Amino acid sequence: MIPVLWVVATVVFFMVRFVPGGPFDQEKALPEAVKAQLETHYGLDRPLSAQYARYLGNLLCGDLGPSYKYPGWTVNELIGERAKVSAELGFWALLVAVLAGVPAGALAAMRPNTWTDHVPTALATLGVCVPTFVLGPLLILVFALGLGWFHPLGWETWQDRVLPALALGLVFAAPVARLTRGSMLEVRNQDYMRTAKAKGLGVGRVYFVHGLRNALLPVVTYLGPATAGMISGSFVVESMFNIPGLGKLFVQSAFDREYTMICGTVLFYAVALLVLNLVVDVLLVLLNPRLKFS
Amino acid sequence: MAGKGKFPPAKEKARSPGRQAWQRLRRNRMAVAALVFLGGMVLACMAGPWLLAHDGVTQDRVLGPVHPSAAHWLGTDILGRDLLVRILEGGRVSLQVGLIGTLVSLLIGVGYGLVAGYAGGRTDRVMMRLVDSLYALPFTLFVILMTVVFGQSLGLIYVAIGAVSWLTMARIVRNQVLTLKTQPFVEAAVCLGQRPGKIMTRHLLPNLLGTVIVYATLTVPGVMLVEAFISFLGLGVKAPMTSWGLLIKEGADVMEEFPWLLIFPSGFFSLTLFALNFLGDGLRDALDPRAGKEI
Repeated sequence: MIPVLWVVATVVFFMVRFVPGGPFDQEKALPEAVKAQLETHYGLDRPLSAQYARYLGNLLCGDLGPSYKYPGWTVNELIGERAKVSAELGFWALLVAVLAGVPAGALAAMRPNTWTDHVPTALATLGVCVPTFVLGPLLILVFALGLGWFHPLGWETWQDRVLPALALGLVFAAPVARLTRGSMLEVRNQDYMRTAKAKGLGVGRVYFVHGLRNALLPVVTYLGPATAGMISGSFVVESMFNIPGLGKLFVQSAFDREYTMICGTVLFYAVALLVLNLVVDVLLVLLNPRLKFS
Repeated sequence: MAGKGKFPPAKEKARSPGRQAWQRLRRNRMAVAALVFLGGMVLACMAGPWLLAHDGVTQDRVLGPVHPSAAHWLGTDILGRDLLVRILEGGRVSLQVGLIGTLVSLLIGVGYGLVAGYAGGRTDRVMMRLVDSLYALPFTLFVILMTVVFGQSLGLIYVAIGAVSWLTMARIVRNQVLTLKTQPFVEAAVCLGQRPGKIMTRHLLPNLLGTVIVYATLTVPGVMLVEAFISFLGLGVKAPMTSWGLLIKEGADVMEEFPWLLIFPSGFFSLTLFALNFLGDGLRDALDPRAGKEI
């Protein structure tokens, strides 16, 4: 994990510094003296190697540096502030994806090739092809502007959570449903399912306790990379619904050449992803104790 | 039941695997429909802008945005440009990025997977470990950074997207090579003293073709999604050039007043992705009948 993060930190560090334009090149040019003063203040006038050494040293202490755009704030504080919002959005979206996807897939697998299979499967195929940035505006168009149930923008009340979570979550519900269906179909022919039925357990218990738990393994594996997709999807959702999250911060900092903020957000995302992948690995073992021995 | 029990005529030619696959594909109605749709879409995007009476550049601010009508089949955008022509021109960019981005990811992914799988041992472990750790990276962030940082040229978008979408391809190819490597024909080639490079290109690559084609078809929609996504964020192609992602973005900005500017581009985009997915599934069934229907 540490080597990966080091590579990420290094690549981003040099990438942003080797491009034309710096954090203090605004449309209205600053006086030379002021710019020089600012660069000295943030240590940007020093040789690249010295900057890099200091940056890595600070990283080891968990310090991402000061923000250039919001003087007086550190990148850590800003990220902490925004990450809460993004994490909440991600949580609701994940909930939507799982709560819509798993039952749909399980339902489809109960009676293959009947209409209870065809309808969820068709919806899932459709869902794969309607990305967040198409679904989001359509949801706003219908439920906010058309029916007036929700606000089209904002992040204040609980109603404001509904549309962004749907826009982000439903897109991932589709692959979740397809995966659940596929693995349910495999699981239902296993011996232990027959045993459970032969013992006289009810259909519900056989399917949802004995079957679903095993069928969820590929779904959980998928949720790791899906979280990565949700992060990039959240950029769109955040800018679409005007949500003050981390994605907006990142895109803006990339435009502003705010070196510390770019490196900080990329590293934050990398850590978040690595941790989530670890969580997935742990979850897999919890769901399937057989993995412990391999 | 008329044909039952009848043996095939003795003179029937032996069918090559490619021909068999093609016949299997033709029996899959959804895949054929998808193929026809995609062919039509490509033709329309290539020829459409010339054939239609309007062009996608001339602005007509007096006209402004009008509803779909006989003169403008899908209406016009806020600057009075014909939407259908704009969509077809945007489709050129989107499809191009989809194809070339996939090609770039193919070149990297297949090469990487071939070498890792054929070399085996420690080389393989190190190379695949690298892929594993790259998987954990937020790649979209890098694409965004690259487009912000190096300017928004079309060429860069191809490379950036291709460069981040080769990982799965490398894994698939490597796993295939691992099984192929133990086959007698590879052993024979080794015994005859062929160099590894030759074995990889002459003996392994042709056997990988089916898998590669199938996965490439499924990569195209993924690449198109990334392009549309960065265009949506305003980081993709620049005006007056357009792409489906950019059109969707422009439509989303004004959807309250002019919903058709959002709905038509979204429709073209989603239908194309839909068709590509169906074609990919159909190709998988045709080229590899043993593979399951689900991922």
